[in-house]
Amino acid sequence: MPESKLDLLQGTLDLMVLQTLAAMGPLHGYGIARRIERVSDDVILLNQGTIYASLVRLLQRGWLSAEWGVSDNNRKAKFYSITKRGRKQLAQDAAYWQRLSSVMGRVLALREEGGH
Amino acid sequence: MIDSLRHALNRVRAFLGKQPIDQDLEAEIHSHLGFAIEENLQRGMSADEARRQALARFGGVEQAKEEHRETRGLPLLDILLQDLRYTLRALRRDRVFTAVAVLILALGIGANVTVFSVVNTLLLRPLPFRDPQRLVWLAANQGKGGLSAVTYTVDAFEEFQRHNHSFQDVTSYQTFFNSIQYKLTGYGEPQPVFGVQVAGNFFPMLGVQPALGRLFSREECQKGGRPVALLSYPFWQRQFGANPAIVGHAITLNDQTVTIVGVVPNTFDFGSIFSPGLKVDFYVPAIMDFWRTWGNTLALVGRLKPGVTLAQAQAESNILFPQIKAAHPEWYENYLATMTDLKGYVSGKLRRSLIVLWCAVGLILLIVCLNLSNLLLARAAARSKEFALRRALGAGRGRIIRQLLTESLILSGIGGVLGLCFAFSVTLYLAHQGSIALPLLSSVRVDGSALAWTVLIAVFAAVLFGVVPAFKISGGNLQQALKDSGHGMSQGKTHEGLRAALVISEVGLACVLLIGAGLLLRSFLRVLDVDLGFQPSRAAAIKVDYDDGGKPARRGAILQEILRRVSAIPGIESAGIADMLPLDRNRSWGFQAKGKVYGKGELQGTLVYVVTPGYLGAMGMHLREGRDFSWHDTADSQRVVIINQAAARYHWPREDTVGRISLVGDRETRVIGVISDVRESSVEDASSPEMYLPMTQADPEGADLVVRTRLRPEALQSSVMGTLRAMNPGQPATEFRPIQQIVDHAVSPRRFFVLLVMIFAALGLILASLGIYGVISYSVTRQTQEIGIRMALGATQGRVQLGVIGKTLRLVLIGIAAGLAASIAVAKLIASLLFKTAPTDLITFLGTIVLLGLVAVFAGYIPARRASRIDPMNALRGN
Repeated sequence: MPESKLDLLQGTLDLMVLQTLAAMGPLHGYGIARRIERVSDDVILLNQGTIYASLVRLLQRGWLSAEWGVSDNNRKAKFYSITKRGRKQLAQDAAYWQRLSSVMGRVLALREEGGH
Repeated sequence: MIDSLRHALNRVRAFLGKQPIDQDLEAEIHSHLGFAIEENLQRGMSADEARRQALARFGGVEQAKEEHRETRGLPLLDILLQDLRYTLRALRRDRVFTAVAVLILALGIGANVTVFSVVNTLLLRPLPFRDPQRLVWLAANQGKGGLSAVTYTVDAFEEFQRHNHSFQDVTSYQTFFNSIQYKLTGYGEPQPVFGVQVAGNFFPMLGVQPALGRLFSREECQKGGRPVALLSYPFWQRQFGANPAIVGHAITLNDQTVTIVGVVPNTFDFGSIFSPGLKVDFYVPAIMDFWRTWGNTLALVGRLKPGVTLAQAQAESNILFPQIKAAHPEWYENYLATMTDLKGYVSGKLRRSLIVLWCAVGLILLIVCLNLSNLLLARAAARSKEFALRRALGAGRGRIIRQLLTESLILSGIGGVLGLCFAFSVTLYLAHQGSIALPLLSSVRVDGSALAWTVLIAVFAAVLFGVVPAFKISGGNLQQALKDSGHGMSQGKTHEGLRAALVISEVGLACVLLIGAGLLLRSFLRVLDVDLGFQPSRAAAIKVDYDDGGKPARRGAILQEILRRVSAIPGIESAGIADMLPLDRNRSWGFQAKGKVYGKGELQGTLVYVVTPGYLGAMGMHLREGRDFSWHDTADSQRVVIINQAAARYHWPREDTVGRISLVGDRETRVIGVISDVRESSVEDASSPEMYLPMTQADPEGADLVVRTRLRPEALQSSVMGTLRAMNPGQPATEFRPIQQIVDHAVSPRRFFVLLVMIFAALGLILASLGIYGVISYSVTRQTQEIGIRMALGATQGRVQLGVIGKTLRLVLIGIAAGLAASIAVAKLIASLLFKTAPTDLITFLGTIVLLGLVAVFAGYIPARRASRIDPMNALRGN
């Protein structure tokens, strides 16, 4: 039975984008989308178009910068890179996320134990 | 914090610069799909399949764009802009409706802003002085009686100034400024100029700083000090071309060299505060040692110490004045002061009139809103299909209400801007009406608070007239609306009921306005009808300058010669000279019947006029008993006096008066005549006791030559002036002042209010008739088919017309009934503004009913006529 794809929680896409750019350096929109899909082993249900709303939001907050350039295969594209303030924000958000997920993990584990 | 600010700024920027961002996104999506297709091709898909897959993974290009826009920009503003564009298009399409609506709104809002500006200036805005709320007006004799009664002597002023503890400072000015005539020489012909004498601390205490130069120094206010003057701003501009170098120069006033030390700023207008309608050219120091022996001449204004209340000051002065009086046995009175805050003194009497005006104009706004509601409803009925369609296509109810309110706001916004222009020109006009004796009128203008008021009432009006139609339209049955808004079809009864209710309210409000205006108009006519005790028409006065060297005997000869020569001018019926004219200015002296014992406080000052023989005749005053003065009444003969009926009644209630001996001051004087009462200080108040003394026996304060003519007085101006110049080359070039003008000035505040209220009432009537016409006309259109059927079945034209007019009258009568009930209450509220008119004045009420009825019949007749011309065949086929 094929596993159904995961819906994204609100706000998590922004974090993924920041992390991807921090890890991979400047990327264009398609690159970011593919990278996230690949890392998640294609279990995340991503309408690639939604990445652009996330990108513009992060841009407006000053966490990303963008620049038109030319890709390896000679195609014009807009390249995004993470700013200093973006890294700061990423550190904050990642820490928060890790704390949250570890708490979530513990809470869920607790329930399983209780079930036995 | 800074992040969110940056975010907000970026969103606004994105909102404003939509197009380039959209293009950028377009390019980005294009390249995104390019990458995807390329990758898919490399995986071995066909070109079509590669493209399809790429688009599927992308997930809807338009959604992505929309999401992008919403994220980056301001979606609410976007919707607003959309609404605005839509509204403007709709309004442009419906030009007549837009024009009518905007015009009505402009009138309503303009009238409101104008009245607000007047009310704001006269009632709300503080006086243009430093800490004006601490300024207090002090009036002796409980503020009752002539100028002499309410003013103070120099001694009383100085004693109070010295001993009180409530006031930081007390200042004064010389109230008999009308009596001191100045003429300016050295600039062409000698010309009369108007000066006011003020105490040395007058300007500093009020907090008025000179626009140029300096204020008076202490020495200049002492006896023997160098004569100096401060110019008023308008006079400085008019006479000296606003030349700043004039400060320090000398001018010649009454043959005396006077140095100009400064210019008073334009914001200080003595006349508009202390003597409405008066134009002051310059100010000179009041030399207290000079005025010390002149009796009551000073008006007092005090500045309270911080923290002291008016009541505390009043309480202190109630104790202080009797104490001062006890120390001065030579004083005639104790000068007990009645205190009012200066603002209250200046405009307190007008408060009620202004509030009435404000309410009237508020009613106008209400009527305007009702009218527009009606117009919008009618328009909405025609557009109901459009709205139903929009709703069927998915527009929410809120979205449609928002759209309709945007329309209302735009209409009232345009109306507000136009109204503001209207108000601006009217206030400008009012501010230059010197002939209206209202205080502060010259400073009426549309200011910041008036702008705020405009915005407030424009929004208020928009919501008021827009909200009912908006809810009405957006609600209702969709299917019904789509189905039945065809031509000639009947719509729901409720729609019509609502419109009828609006018209009924409109008529009711117009009725209240008309009755209020009618009562005020009747009062005004009654005021014009008052027997003044003199005949203002065809009489005119001119100030006369003569040099008698201070000798009464010589004065008699000069005046007699002036009158002889002036009377000889063809066209002049009679001429006489008086020092003061009725309704202009006055002073009072002691007067009593010799031998009579008066109770304490029974003796009030009696107004005194010093006149020549012939003056009573020239003014058209009526000598009831005895004789006029003659040139044989000289300084050496028996002293004589003529009194008015009020004085005769007061001093000799049940006896003949002529021939009695009276005491004028302390000199025995024989009463030789009694004249009918003269309205001396106000047209509306009963006459006070008056006495007239011959110029050959008493000292006049100035001289006004009064001539009664057969021709228009202006026609004789040059010959009279020529005669006066021939006798005295120094005679200033003054103009004839028609006596009627003095009377007009006295009744100008009432005229002003009546005129405004009448205009508002007329406006209300027009709007109400428009409303009636609109509703009836609309219902006729709607019933075209029905009427057609009835006519096909044999109804006559007359019968159809009667039906429509009857329907109109039914609406109007309900409105009138409601309006009458409200009017009776309103009339009671304005009773104190009425003059010899009952609040339930039958003629006014009947007149209003008839007028409204006639207007209604007329407004209903036009659609009725149209109804009766309906061709049954056309009407039936029309659908």
